[in-house]
Amino acid sequence: MSNASSSPADDIVTLEGVTKRFPGIVANDSIDLSIRPGEVHVLLGENGAGKSTLIGMLSGLQQPDEGRILVDGRPMPIASPRQALALGIGTVFQHMMLVPTLTVAENLLLGGPWWQRPRTEELEARVAEISKSLGIAVKLHARVSELSLGEQQQVEIVRAMVRNSRLLILDESTSMLTPQGIEELGALMRRLVEQGLAIVFITHKLKEAAAFGDRISVLKLGRKVGEIPPERFRALGEQEIISEIVELMFGRQKDDPEAAERPVASVHAEAAPLLQVTDLTVAATDNAPGLSSISFDIRPGEILGIAGIDGNGQKQLAEALSGQRAAAGGSVRLEGTAIEALSVGERSRRGLRYLTDDRLGEGTVGTFPVSINFFLKQVGAAPFWRGGVEQRAEIDRRAAELVREYDVRTPSLKTPVARLSGGNIQKVLLARELAEGAKVVIFNKPTYGLDLANTLASRQRIRDAAQSGLAVLLISTDLEELLSICNRIAVMANGALVGTVANAEDARTRVGRLMIGLAA
Amino acid sequence: MTGLFSEVFLSALLFGAVTAAIPLLLAGLGEQMSEKAGVLNIGIEGMMLAGAYLGFVGAFYSGSLWLGFLTGAAGGVAVALVMALLCVRIGLNQIVIGIALTLGLEGLTALLHHFQFSRSYPRLPAPNPTVIPTLADIPVIGPAFFKHHLIVYLAVALVFAMGYLYRRTQLGLNLQAAGDKPAALDVAGIDVIRTRTIAVLSTGALAGLGGAYLANVGAGLFIPFITNGAGFLGIVLAMLARGRPVWVLFGALLFGVCLSLTTAMQVAGINIPTDVIQMLPFLAVMIMLVLFGRRASLPAALGIPYERGAR
Amino acid sequence: MSIDTAPTVNATALDATSGVAARRDILRRLLMTLGPILAALVIAGCILLAVGVDPLAYYGYVLEKGLFSPLGIQQTLTRMAPLLFLAAGLIVAFRAGMWNLGGDGQFLLGAVTAAASAPFFVGIMPAWLALFCAFVIATLVAMAWSLVPALLRAYQGVNEIITTLMMTFLGTSLANVLVKLFFRDPGTTVPQTRTLPVEDRLPRLFDTTITSGLLFGLAAIIIVHLVMTRTAFGLKLRIVGANPRAAVHAGLGVPGLTIAVFAISAGLAGLAGAVDIIGVQGNVRADWNPAYGLAVIPAVFLARMNGFAAIGFVFLLSVLSIGGESAARRLGVPNHFTLVLVSIVLIVLALAEYVDHRHNQSRKA
Repeated sequence: MSNASSSPADDIVTLEGVTKRFPGIVANDSIDLSIRPGEVHVLLGENGAGKSTLIGMLSGLQQPDEGRILVDGRPMPIASPRQALALGIGTVFQHMMLVPTLTVAENLLLGGPWWQRPRTEELEARVAEISKSLGIAVKLHARVSELSLGEQQQVEIVRAMVRNSRLLILDESTSMLTPQGIEELGALMRRLVEQGLAIVFITHKLKEAAAFGDRISVLKLGRKVGEIPPERFRALGEQEIISEIVELMFGRQKDDPEAAERPVASVHAEAAPLLQVTDLTVAATDNAPGLSSISFDIRPGEILGIAGIDGNGQKQLAEALSGQRAAAGGSVRLEGTAIEALSVGERSRRGLRYLTDDRLGEGTVGTFPVSINFFLKQVGAAPFWRGGVEQRAEIDRRAAELVREYDVRTPSLKTPVARLSGGNIQKVLLARELAEGAKVVIFNKPTYGLDLANTLASRQRIRDAAQSGLAVLLISTDLEELLSICNRIAVMANGALVGTVANAEDARTRVGRLMIGLAA
Repeated sequence: MTGLFSEVFLSALLFGAVTAAIPLLLAGLGEQMSEKAGVLNIGIEGMMLAGAYLGFVGAFYSGSLWLGFLTGAAGGVAVALVMALLCVRIGLNQIVIGIALTLGLEGLTALLHHFQFSRSYPRLPAPNPTVIPTLADIPVIGPAFFKHHLIVYLAVALVFAMGYLYRRTQLGLNLQAAGDKPAALDVAGIDVIRTRTIAVLSTGALAGLGGAYLANVGAGLFIPFITNGAGFLGIVLAMLARGRPVWVLFGALLFGVCLSLTTAMQVAGINIPTDVIQMLPFLAVMIMLVLFGRRASLPAALGIPYERGAR
Repeated sequence: MSIDTAPTVNATALDATSGVAARRDILRRLLMTLGPILAALVIAGCILLAVGVDPLAYYGYVLEKGLFSPLGIQQTLTRMAPLLFLAAGLIVAFRAGMWNLGGDGQFLLGAVTAAASAPFFVGIMPAWLALFCAFVIATLVAMAWSLVPALLRAYQGVNEIITTLMMTFLGTSLANVLVKLFFRDPGTTVPQTRTLPVEDRLPRLFDTTITSGLLFGLAAIIIVHLVMTRTAFGLKLRIVGANPRAAVHAGLGVPGLTIAVFAISAGLAGLAGAVDIIGVQGNVRADWNPAYGLAVIPAVFLARMNGFAAIGFVFLLSVLSIGGESAARRLGVPNHFTLVLVSIVLIVLALAEYVDHRHNQSRKA
């Protein structure tokens, strides 16, 4: 065991030599882990490090192939989610696990014995008690589909509490939250461990690990490569912890690789804007906010960032610009030509490209080969199709070129694209959207869910694109990302741009102020 | 023309409408339950046929209509069991298996009937109606609605029971979660496969009962292909009712009136092809869809097999 | 709605080209198809035994009457003509992810239109042009019949399973109304349309009774297969079928493509009806409904929506139904038994695919 100073008897859950294999990979290789009450145990690792598999086994979704799990010091297989709940293990998954068509109360009641009537009064009392002690409020009678992602996450935490969880697992819970939301979650976790809970907090962000953890375990390629116990954790400063983690994870650099230099301002202020958006308005729908009178310009070589809490109209903006969503008013000009009446395909042909944040949902056709996915937006166009007939040799030749150029790791051109990792799918999308003829590119959360290596590579692609004279609109909920590559940053709230700041020294505070509703 | 609207004619017409509506109602309620839980049950026609055949066999040999209803429901459950195993447990394509089951049961019941009854074509005696006191004495409405076999009242009561089940019970919540976000149900500690299996088997029981009613009460005998698309009508009703049992009842009655009208007009000797009247309910529904066609609110996971841990 | 087609479609496998691997793949698929068919024959044989019929004698008789007798094989090939058109139409729809379950209504309306128009046209123009015109009108009527479901699906998102099912009920009744009220042959007592004289029907092949409609059917399904796998239009439809949101994102005109899919699918179903009438039946009797539409769906699924494989399965289906009809007359086994057999083949094949899939996965692990 990595930590000899206390016995496993103190643990709520102990993992001993747990191994899990999937076709082709060992997802978890002989992992030891001890989870204790009163501690935030951070599991840190890149995508594919095996974090999700580990959570799957703790929450009863998957079974280990080797090794054992001890609960309260006794070996205890966790055969189903039901059993995990009975053992006091509650999980808040990365993808929300609430039924959108039911109310919050109904979601919290889900899982009771089927012959019973739902005990609504009992629940209300219990929730009131919990929200008082945690300092969070949930709207019991709202439909889940009406809640923001942050609110949904709070519902999930309350659900774990309602079920008397002793161990709360938070899987990548900050990826959808604002800086403020992340701070609040950190404070909430602190209150929970003070009440004697154990928390497992999964993230791939080093800063969060250092800020919120008591104990950090680092996973790499399915193995646990190191652990920083609480005593050592308290002894070190934030920067020291980060550099120690970086060493564990990468074994080379000594500083935070995400803290890249500020972008070089290469924009010619006198150049005519490539993209001009004036008073763009979109009507709100049942499940999406509208846009009110959005205006901005982007010049060649410029990267304009859109910051803001997720769900404030960023996706609607991207879709309205690309033509996927009907605008109620306003104009969009590409190189001075109005394009707001054109179809999605026509805008793309004229050089307006949209790299979606939903890679598998709409960006690709998962069952189609990698090669075809490169050309989804060019179906029927020469030289890949002639007279409507597919030119397979031409497609494969160009696809092979793109695979090399963008370093897509794929077994073959015929591999269904869904079998690739997120990072490699993103490379396919980058190759497709940056293909010949691109003038303006909209990136929507281009590094969401990617590991560090792929995140850095994607950001470099975006910089390179701007360097070559493209106008870039970068939508991101990651403020660090925006600060590291944008020329200007606009902040979006409730479907409107509430302010735009140049990315100078004080940009971080000014953007932060705009995001919480103050003047920059 | 006076004969057409005489009291006797009207009450016979409405009586026939209720008789015709009950199998559709039961099929629609059954299909609704499967769909709520995320299973598109195209095999319901097959389940009805199994119910009609076994229901008839049960009633014929035992002499008891109730035993017939029981064997009919059991027949529907047996077919549903195959559907649950293939589509819910191991996740085969629901449309393929549904069509296979419908075709298979069409063939199988016709085959068995051929070897068993094709020479004699036995009939069951007319069922004993349960007359509801006082209400049955109301002119027109009384004989039309309150002189049916007990199972009819039970079927109507079932509509409200199902409404209660969906809105007020834990099982109702589970069913809806299984159709809208099965993964959420799973992590809440409820077995999705089991929940959907319960739904599919209930569908089988209701469809089987509907089939048995069709053969034992509606026709008094079994003939091959007796359901004649009633199961598919059930699918249509379920999808149009958007999860609400009462709407299934209204829809079933609308179709029932039109079906009854075709028979009545033949009896009255009116010279319009019955096909014209048979078209009416579909025409009405299609016009409604064209005029008010909003996005059908079907469960998000309808038709998608659930596999734990798959995204 | 989204229906998982994973067990039946494998878009990538269809794009496989490399020689040896492809040949091994074809061999494996053949094995994977014939094995389950054999198993299904055994299971269905048990049912025959249960009702007191010798399965070997029955199968032998079906094969003889459907395949090995000169008359039988000719009837089988003739039966294939309309089924091939229907299959072609279903391939287009299913690959585009649209569940056109309204084939029977479209088929019948095509048939009635052809039956009503062909004798009329024959009287006023050369026979070949008359038949051509009848085909065109039948196709157009069937296309028009699919317009409402197509528009509802394209612009309102109304599920096409219910609408096409309702339209098929409507179409069946409408066909009867047309036969009984509008196109009824005054010269007969039974309600039916005017009969197209045998010499005006589609020519027969050589000296046989096989209709030349078979060749049209084969051409239709092969063209459909090539269009779906080799052209930009086919790829667009497959994108819509595999991921409708990706289709919108890629800038495809999804509503237009949806309407095109319904039109093509229904048009081919209408042609199927016309070919059956103009080539074989000669007229439509009231209440005539062979329900080919529902019967062809399994064949298309079994073929995994591959046109060439569909030809094989349609052939098999025809042998079984022609042989089954003869067996019904001679052995007293109703031809409904064919339905049982088809159903068992479908289920066993789906199961075999599942087992094979699981086996592959565990081997990789």
